Amino acid sequence: MENSNSDHKAKLLEIRDLYKAFPLSSGLLEQLQFKKGRLVRNRESVKAINGVSLDIYPGDALCVVGESGCGKSTIARVVTGLLRPTSGSIVFDNERIDHLPPKQQLPYRRRMQMIFQNPYASLNPRMTVRQTLEEPVRFHNPGIANGAVKEKVEEVMASVGVDPGWSNRFPHEFSGGQRQRISIARALTVDPEVIVADEPISALDVSIQAQVLNLLMEAREERSLTYLFITHDLSVVEHFGSRVAVMYLGAICELADTATLFGTPRHPYTQALLSAIPRLKLDRPAHIKLKGEIPTPIDLPKGCLFQTRCLYADERCRQERPDLKKLNSGARVACHGVEENRIE
Amino acid sequence: MPILEVNNLEVRFPMREGELIAIRDISFSIDRGERLGIVGESGAGKSVAAFAILRLVGRPGYISGGQILFEGNDLASLSPEQLRQFRGNQITMIFQDPMMTLNPVLTIGTQMIECLQTHKGMRRREARELAVEKLRSVAIPSPEARINQYPHELSGGMRQRVVIAIALLTDPEIIIADEPTTALDVTIQAEIMELLLELCEKHQVALILITHDLGVVSEITQRAIVMYAGRIVEEGPTRSIIEQARHPYTQGLINALPERTRPGQRLNQIPGSMPTLMQIPPGCAFHPRCEHVTDVCRTQVPDYTRFDHSRVACHWVAVQEQTSV
Amino acid sequence: MIRHWRLFVDSTFLYRFRRDKVAIISFSLLLLMVMLSFSSPLIAPYDPYDPAQIDIMDSDTPPAWQVEGDPRFPLGTDAQGRDMFSTILYGTRISITIGLFAVLLQSILGISLGLIAGYFGGRIDAFLMRLADIQLSFSTLMVAIIVLAIFQASFGTELYNDLAIFMLILVIGIAEWPQYARTVRASVLAEKKKEYVDAVRVIGLGSGQIMFRHILPNTLSPILVISTVQVANAIMSEAALSFLGLGMPVNKPSLGSLINSGFEYIMSGSWWITAFPALVLILLVLVINLLGDWLRDVLNPKLYKD
Repeated sequence: MENSNSDHKAKLLEIRDLYKAFPLSSGLLEQLQFKKGRLVRNRESVKAINGVSLDIYPGDALCVVGESGCGKSTIARVVTGLLRPTSGSIVFDNERIDHLPPKQQLPYRRRMQMIFQNPYASLNPRMTVRQTLEEPVRFHNPGIANGAVKEKVEEVMASVGVDPGWSNRFPHEFSGGQRQRISIARALTVDPEVIVADEPISALDVSIQAQVLNLLMEAREERSLTYLFITHDLSVVEHFGSRVAVMYLGAICELADTATLFGTPRHPYTQALLSAIPRLKLDRPAHIKLKGEIPTPIDLPKGCLFQTRCLYADERCRQERPDLKKLNSGARVACHGVEENRIE
Repeated sequence: MPILEVNNLEVRFPMREGELIAIRDISFSIDRGERLGIVGESGAGKSVAAFAILRLVGRPGYISGGQILFEGNDLASLSPEQLRQFRGNQITMIFQDPMMTLNPVLTIGTQMIECLQTHKGMRRREARELAVEKLRSVAIPSPEARINQYPHELSGGMRQRVVIAIALLTDPEIIIADEPTTALDVTIQAEIMELLLELCEKHQVALILITHDLGVVSEITQRAIVMYAGRIVEEGPTRSIIEQARHPYTQGLINALPERTRPGQRLNQIPGSMPTLMQIPPGCAFHPRCEHVTDVCRTQVPDYTRFDHSRVACHWVAVQEQTSV
Repeated sequence: MIRHWRLFVDSTFLYRFRRDKVAIISFSLLLLMVMLSFSSPLIAPYDPYDPAQIDIMDSDTPPAWQVEGDPRFPLGTDAQGRDMFSTILYGTRISITIGLFAVLLQSILGISLGLIAGYFGGRIDAFLMRLADIQLSFSTLMVAIIVLAIFQASFGTELYNDLAIFMLILVIGIAEWPQYARTVRASVLAEKKKEYVDAVRVIGLGSGQIMFRHILPNTLSPILVISTVQVANAIMSEAALSFLGLGMPVNKPSLGSLINSGFEYIMSGSWWITAFPALVLILLVLVINLLGDWLRDVLNPKLYKD
């Protein structure tokens, strides 16, 4: 599964064959059903991630894109330990971390931090900026001197462009963009190696999006960070990402270098997605319409997950789920049609 | 002959700090069948402006001045009863959240039929047939069955289609769409926008599209208004605004988009952020963020500099225009 | 501290308080009653606990403005000859003390159990909430009557009279924790979903730190509202128990036992023994409830922009 240009590099983070299902909390009586004359207990679950494997190399900016409900945020939450996987594993620096008890996860927690979508909810409204930023420093460096904490907090505040003189203010005194900077600062206080960013700019205004995206890019260069960047915005991906994974119904349908994916999208879903981005220039290709709607993740379609909406689906697609196959371009595509050269 | 003309519209909100002026000096007009985009970031007052056209400003806000002329009637001074024959009938609205329009406890059929009965005085059977036809026109599969469903049984995209069908029921002259696709996924957004465009062209309905998405404006509208801190800063044909914006804010907004920069390069950001209504700076509201700021910008609110089909509220543009003549 | 003070002064809270006449009047009345009753040893003309100051010959004196009144006793005296004004002052102090400490006990129990139920969820949550349901299905008074009656019967009236105040606090405190637990649990469930909680979990903080440092401070608004109302309820419960003869003894009367003691004489014309303590009780409970309503309006999350 190695990427062509990163074959020799050691993987920093590996997601192996990940599955995550959320049981639907219905009462016992609702679960009971008659099937063929017998009473059966039928437990339903939302299948959010259905077999995802991803490798992240140091310095990567791996973007995971997809529409709502495709499981991209769930990946972020499983990787950061907020959710436990149903099966599969998360390997960080050659150590499997998902099944470790909380205490033993701590060293890895420090090395992997997260940025959230909603700048209005991701800061504790009753804590000042200083308290918010000092907490992770003190927590991960027990016995650290007060002066060193203060220095660290001021350093990260300055580096995200928030005046350290404002550290005694509360979150509600800041605008959305500034709050997101503070969120980023909190992630940076513990000098992480990996930042998992879950839609970090989608709640922000256009002019603020540019500021925050620039900040993330600067931080990447100055602190040699690795990003797992979750977003629905393809124009941001094209700009920010080094590699892209396109997700549909909890599985990856295409994984490629950014330039390759935007230049020659191969999976029919990627093609449809790219054709739908509104652009300033009126030269984008005609919008490819998909059939029908996204099926519910409670009852997944048989065969290829995308077959119910695919214009090229045939009998094999309806029966057999395709694996990611490597193409000459280095891209990996999960599509029988592409493999059989039926789809250009 | 414009179908809607808004003159010097102003909306205020009384607050404990005193009265806040949410929008001021808003003037624009729209012709029959024209598609106008109102663009701005959150807090620019674009939604307030659109809601004010139908006198839907949320309390405690109120319209404190100006005219809203629809076919010669000033909507701002009509009684609520008189207003009702325009609102929801000749001028309809599509909200960002379809559930603003749809009542969750009624089937979509009931809602559409009631609407036709009130506004058009139709009989039930007629109304039902028309409702099915309208649902078909917004590409809802098997409309005869869908009409008996409740809103929660439909997906987000389908709901927004139903809302569009309802907006079109009374054959309106104008549809005001407030961020109609912001809550939807890109593929659905593209379909809904295409549908809206097609229907407006077919029925010669004027569309006022409120959005923060310049890409959508570029693809759908013919003319665009850019708002900043409660004022119109630039107005003109969409293509010329996108390709040669004159106001520094519009330029900044467009250049900040990722597609305006080579991948991996820093984006062109505008420094700072939009002021809240409580702290609008004196003079030109944009001056603290503007790279062309001069002394006059700090003290004097700029007047509109007019061009053939457009206007810009900017001292810097005005000076350039004078020197080039 | 200065920072928090500045925040408070600038807040919507104080602003809305200053603009609300009902809130200002209620708060001033409450403050007045609390201050008068807690300084009763200093300001009361007599000490109702000191038998030396009580003269049975003074009993049943009507209020001072009536014909048979005595200027020494502005609100008259009771059947034992105690000055009503002083007795009410001391009684209000007892009522308020029981109310406050009972609510303190309720809140310690309710907040911890509510936090645990809301934060951990699952079986712990189900267990604690069913426990709360069971507790709520017995009325507070019923539980209190049973417990107090058993205690009185098994340990004798004398010991009971000495420990009455603690027993009342304990019984009222334990009987009403589910109100707190439910309120706290509901707001914990809402807060737990917010991203700032996820953020501290990603940092690696333990459950205790997350619950008490991060979630608890954000559930203070509903706790404040319910606490106010619960103080009024606890005062009422105490009065009801005392009225039934299960509360404070006659020699250390609370407002409830005063009303009770006067009730025997109301038919013989001595209305003041019941009427004045009842008036004070009604006023006390009313202003606390008015303040509670006002707090709920101000802290309502829909109106409260923070």
